[in-house]
Amino acid sequence: MRLAVLTGEHYITGDEACAEGALAAGCTFFGGYPITPATEIAEHMSKCLPEIGGTFIQMEDEIAAMASILGASWAGVKSMTSTSGPGFSLMMENIGLAVCTETPCVVVNVQRGGPSTGLPTMGAQGDMMQARWGSHGHYEIIALAASSAQEMFSQTITAFNLAEKYRTPVILLADEVIGHMSEKVIIPEASEIKTVSRPKPQGEKEGFRPFQPGENGVAPMPSAGDGYKIHVTGLTHDERGYPVMTVEAQAQMVERIVKKIQNNRDDIIKTESYSLDDAEIILVSYGISARTSLAAMNQARALGMKVGFLKLLTIWPFAEEKVRALATKARAFITVEINYGQIHLEVMRSVAGKAECHLVGHAGGTVITPEQVLERIKELY
Amino acid sequence: MAADIQASQSEIVHPLDHLIRTDRIPHIWCPGCGIGTVFSACLKAMISSRIDLEKTCMVSGIGCTGRAAGYLNLDSFHTTHGRAIPFATGLKLANPELNVIVFSGDGDLFAIGGNHFIHGARRNVDMTVICVNNFIYGMTGGQVGATTPVKAKTTTTPVGNPDAPFNLPLLAWASGANYVARWTMLHIRKLTACIEKALTRKGFSFIEVLAPCPTNYGRKNKENSLETLRLYRDKTIIKNNVDPSELDMDFEKGIILGEFVSRERPTCIENYDRTCRIP
Repeated sequence: MRLAVLTGEHYITGDEACAEGALAAGCTFFGGYPITPATEIAEHMSKCLPEIGGTFIQMEDEIAAMASILGASWAGVKSMTSTSGPGFSLMMENIGLAVCTETPCVVVNVQRGGPSTGLPTMGAQGDMMQARWGSHGHYEIIALAASSAQEMFSQTITAFNLAEKYRTPVILLADEVIGHMSEKVIIPEASEIKTVSRPKPQGEKEGFRPFQPGENGVAPMPSAGDGYKIHVTGLTHDERGYPVMTVEAQAQMVERIVKKIQNNRDDIIKTESYSLDDAEIILVSYGISARTSLAAMNQARALGMKVGFLKLLTIWPFAEEKVRALATKARAFITVEINYGQIHLEVMRSVAGKAECHLVGHAGGTVITPEQVLERIKELY
Repeated sequence: MAADIQASQSEIVHPLDHLIRTDRIPHIWCPGCGIGTVFSACLKAMISSRIDLEKTCMVSGIGCTGRAAGYLNLDSFHTTHGRAIPFATGLKLANPELNVIVFSGDGDLFAIGGNHFIHGARRNVDMTVICVNNFIYGMTGGQVGATTPVKAKTTTTPVGNPDAPFNLPLLAWASGANYVARWTMLHIRKLTACIEKALTRKGFSFIEVLAPCPTNYGRKNKENSLETLRLYRDKTIIKNNVDPSELDMDFEKGIILGEFVSRERPTCIENYDRTCRIP
C-alpha cells in the first residue's frame, strides 16, 4: 500500500512525475493505450492506482481510452489518459465530446516527431496547433506545457484543477525529452498541495439543468447515480441537456463553451518572466525548448546583450495580452520551438507588427541548442 | 362532452411514462420502425427486474437506435459513433454500483464500434448490450452495414450487397460474453424476459433484436413493415442453446432465435480486484 501523495525527494522521469502529479491531484481512473514516449505514465499508473483504490485499464485503442475516461468522469471520479502523436490524433473525436459535454478530464501528450508514425523515440513540439483545434468545430480548450520533471508533477496537478474548475478537458503538452529525462522531483506534503473538485449541484433534483451555468460560467456537475436523471449528448443541446437543432441553440451553447474559458483567461494563463524589464530581444518558449531559451538568455546576458525570456506555462488560451504589452518595449521576439512555427504565429498575431518576430525551430528529433538561439540573437542584436 | 373526453384523456398515463422524457416526445423514429418496441421492452424489463433505477444509466452511440438514451428519464449518455461500450466501461469501472445498459444499433456497435464490442465482451465488463439490428444505416438514409444480408440493396450497394454479414451471437460468444440471446421485436414477451434476465446477471450480456426499417431497408428491398413482421413469424425458429456457428442470418434456411450462451465467467471488475489489488 502507498499514499496518493509520495511526499519527499525523488529521482524520477518526467513521465513518472506526471503520474505522481495525477495521483496527488486525486486521479483515481486511468484509461490508456501504450505508445512511445508516453507509455511510462500508463505503466506507473497501472502499478499505483490499484494500491490507492483506483482503477487502471488498458483499452483496445486510444479512441476507447478517451471514451473510457469520459465515462469515468461522469461516474464522478477524476480521470486521465496519456498518449503521443498518433494516439493524440485518435483521441480527437472524444476530446470534442468532452468539450461539448463539458466533461472534466486530463489528456497528456508526450510529443514525438511527426507527421504520422514519424520519430517515435525522439522529441518534437509539433502538436501545439492540434491541441488547439484538433477536434472539429469551434471551441476553446486549456493546454499547458511542462519543461522539467518537477513541472510535469506540478502542471499535471494544475491540469486536473483547471479541468475540474472549468468542466473541460485539459491537455498537458510535454515532449519526449521531458518525458524520458530523470531529474530531482520534490513532492510536498499532501496538505500543501491545492486540489480542486468540480462544483456539485445542490438542492432540487427534479427539473435540474445540468448545463445551466453557475459561477464563472460553469455549470455544477452531478454524477451518474446521484438521482438527477441527466441527459448528456454530443449533439447541440440546451441547458437541460436536450438536443436542439437550431441556429440559436448552437450559438448559445458554443458561445458559452468559448466564454467560460475566454472570460477566465486571467485565472488560467500562467507565464514566467526572466529579465524582461530592460529586454530589447525577448525569447518566447515552452517545454524542453524553454530550457534551451533560458540558457541562451544567460549566455547573451553574459555577453552584455539585453535579452529577456518569457516562458509559457499555459499554451491555450495564448498569453496574448502579456506578449502584446511586451511588444511596446522590446524590438524583437524570437520564438524557440521544435516545429516550423506554430506558437511563433501566435506571437506574431499578438505582437501585431509592433516588433520583429523570428523563429528558431526545426522539424524535430532533437533539442534546439542554446548556441543556435544565441547565434540568432547575435544576428539581430 | 368533448371537453370531458379531453379532460379524461389528459389524465391517462402510460405505465412507462415515468421512464420517458415525455417532454421530448414525439420521437424521431419513423412509422413502422421497430426500435420503439425494443425500447419499451427494455423499459418493462428494467421495471420487472427490480434493479435500482436511480443507479441505472443508459449509454448509446450514434444512429436511429442511438437516440434511445435521449428519451430515457434516467441518467443517459448519447456518446460518439461506435464508442458507447468504452464510455460505458469507464462508467462501470469507476462506479461499480451503476447498472449500465448500452442501447444502440448494428452499424454503431458492429461496424465502427466492432473492435470495442469484442473487447468489452472479452473483458466481460458487467453491462447489458442491446443491439437493434435493422440491417442498414437508417439515419444516414440507407447504406450497407456490417449486418446487411448478402445481395440486399442499399444506397451504397445499388445492385446488391456483395459481402457476408456478421453472425452477431457467434461473435459475442467467441469474444467471451456471459450471456447471448437473439429475438425479433415481434417476440416481445420473450425479448422482455431475456432483457430482464440480462439486467440481473453478472458480466457482459448481449441481446440482438431484429427490427424493421421500412423507410430505408424495406423500401429498397421491396419489403413493407408488415411483410418484415411476417418474415419474423414465418422464417424464424426458436432453438435455445444451439451452436452459435449455426446462427447465420439466412432467411432462406430460417433465422434461429433464443438464448444461446449463459455462463459464469468472472467479470472485469472481479478479475481486476482479484489479480491487481494486493490485499
